[in-house]
Amino acid sequence: MTARDDMLARIRAALADHPATPTVPREYHRTLPDADVVGLFAERVADYRATVRRVSPAGLPGAIAEALRGRVVVPAGLPPEWLAAADVEPLHDDPPLSVQELDGADGVVSGCAVAIALTGTIILDGGTAQGRRALTLLPDHHLCVVRADQIVGTVAEALTRLDPSRPQTWISGPSATSDIELNRVEGVHGPRNLAVLIVS
Amino acid sequence: MSHPTFLGMPPFPEAAKEALANTQQRANLAKATATIRDKRARAVAEMPDWEHLRLAGAAVKDTVLTRLPELLEQLEERVTAAGGVVHWAADAAQANAIVADIVKAHDGREVVKVKSMATQEIELNNALAAHGIDVWETDLAELIVQLGHDLPSHILVPAIHRNRSEIRDIFVEEMGKVGRPAPDGIGDEPAALAEAARLHLREKFLRAKVAVSGGNFAIAETGTVVVLESEGNGRMCLTLPQVLVTVLGIEKLLPTWADLEVFMQLLPRSSTAERMNPYTSMWTGVTPGDGPQEFHLVLLDNGRTGTLADPTGRQALRCIRCSACLNVCPVYERTGGRAYGSAYPGPIGAILTPQLRGINQHPVDAQTASLPFASSPCGACFEVCPVRIDIPDVLVHLRAKVVEHKRGHLGTEGAVMAAMRATFTSPRRLGAAQRLGALGARVVGRRGRLRLRGPFWISAWFGTRDLPAPPGQSFRAWWRKQHDRS
Repeated sequence: MTARDDMLARIRAALADHPATPTVPREYHRTLPDADVVGLFAERVADYRATVRRVSPAGLPGAIAEALRGRVVVPAGLPPEWLAAADVEPLHDDPPLSVQELDGADGVVSGCAVAIALTGTIILDGGTAQGRRALTLLPDHHLCVVRADQIVGTVAEALTRLDPSRPQTWISGPSATSDIELNRVEGVHGPRNLAVLIVS
Repeated sequence: MSHPTFLGMPPFPEAAKEALANTQQRANLAKATATIRDKRARAVAEMPDWEHLRLAGAAVKDTVLTRLPELLEQLEERVTAAGGVVHWAADAAQANAIVADIVKAHDGREVVKVKSMATQEIELNNALAAHGIDVWETDLAELIVQLGHDLPSHILVPAIHRNRSEIRDIFVEEMGKVGRPAPDGIGDEPAALAEAARLHLREKFLRAKVAVSGGNFAIAETGTVVVLESEGNGRMCLTLPQVLVTVLGIEKLLPTWADLEVFMQLLPRSSTAERMNPYTSMWTGVTPGDGPQEFHLVLLDNGRTGTLADPTGRQALRCIRCSACLNVCPVYERTGGRAYGSAYPGPIGAILTPQLRGINQHPVDAQTASLPFASSPCGACFEVCPVRIDIPDVLVHLRAKVVEHKRGHLGTEGAVMAAMRATFTSPRRLGAAQRLGALGARVVGRRGRLRLRGPFWISAWFGTRDLPAPPGQSFRAWWRKQHDRS
């Protein structure tokens, strides 16, 4: 008997009393009616001590230029106009950058897939302008551009917009730890600086 | 590198006595648990639908348990279809052997590791060390525990028993022995200590070929595995190495992708008391060109099916390892986690560990048998549990199991109970006992109270308690007298 058969047989035997499968009561809130989701998102991201700015589409290249310097990782599909005003050395991931090159970069600029207002969360799924996961992990400074139409109210709404087959990173503020006397310290292994530009 | 073990720990009362004598640890714990309790209360208070989320969370997890065989098969099928390899491990030895074989197949002499309760439970680090494989813990608290040759004492914050100056000393003393030393002249500010950990672990992340993780959730419907973390060490381990091995308890499943809408709200607020933890990684099998190109999922039983067989005790398998019950427990706050002698301390550990070790099926060792008694049970743990595990109810249930196993070996407690039963089931014997009590009270009672001294089994109980002295005559004696008079 394989471990698999053995385990499945034991599980079936353990359920010999045939416990009923419950109906899941789902009376929790799935949406945030009448909320200003863009405003709430900005407030909640700032609570994590990330830098948040709201900009117009026309003001975006200028805001990006102010936030970036040095060698900057640029994921595939990033709109060229985003970097039109920036004085940076772009590092493209084609051919793939080594971990040493990523580690030595000054920053990374990306878009996102979805953002959640209630929790101040940005979700990357490797899609356009996001790149593979390592790109937004190793550089110490992550500038993320979020369009207002990408912001939803709740976790439930975000999940319906996401494709589970794509690798995802949910980001809520800069990396942090509370492991020393439960004091929150921003910045451990992930980017220590997270800056968010909300375009509306 | 050798790793300490929980094996051979003394029973809880003994371990607790030792822990209580450690005033530094008690001060560290009192401060830390008070902080996180308040923070959690605020994070939960801003959710008007919190109780609805708890009800949904409990029901989803019960659904998983009742449908476990089919959901595991579905998960296996989806992970395999997405390019992963699924392994089944009936116990710790099997799981450890599977992981060791995978590491050795890649000529791996070291692995980087994301904090995981399942791998602590099976003491994977010790098993890999026996194969000459170095394991680098990358969570800051786990790093502190590992470098300090110490044992974890909390599910979320394993080094909660250490304060900043102790941590500084450990870093200065130990980091240089296994890699990049702590910066010269480092102080004990948490930010400086976190920076030291960043520098120390960076080279290990960048060169690692194999990573080992646990998993918070695995979605049967899609084959997706989910890991929540804060520091980015998880992202490093889950993204940079070529090979990833995830050890997952079989109860960690969720039926559908949409079920995350419940648990991605319950877990962060209950655990780190945040609206959302800084980083969550989700992956489904292997993604070409992004992250590990070889993914192994080890499904771990190790006593879970035995736990599942107990209709009262099986609710412990709903646990999502948030640690909220530890932080509100008056016993945990004073003794700390190591006194519980297992990877799972606090109230959840008191019901989970004995069941994983088979208390529902057979007699267990004295340390394990002491765990269901390591509680008041005041009920605070149930109030905060995001999946509504009735821990006090299971505690009482397991205490009965311990007593059941003891039948046939009549100890002091058993003898006293047997005498009580004989007394209370016969009016004649009860009357005689009451007359004897009244007489005795006149001899040893003082100002209407009884203070009993005697052999240890009396003084152990009465040393800290006294009793009102029995009245001069019992109700029954008084009644008889009234009726004789009329």
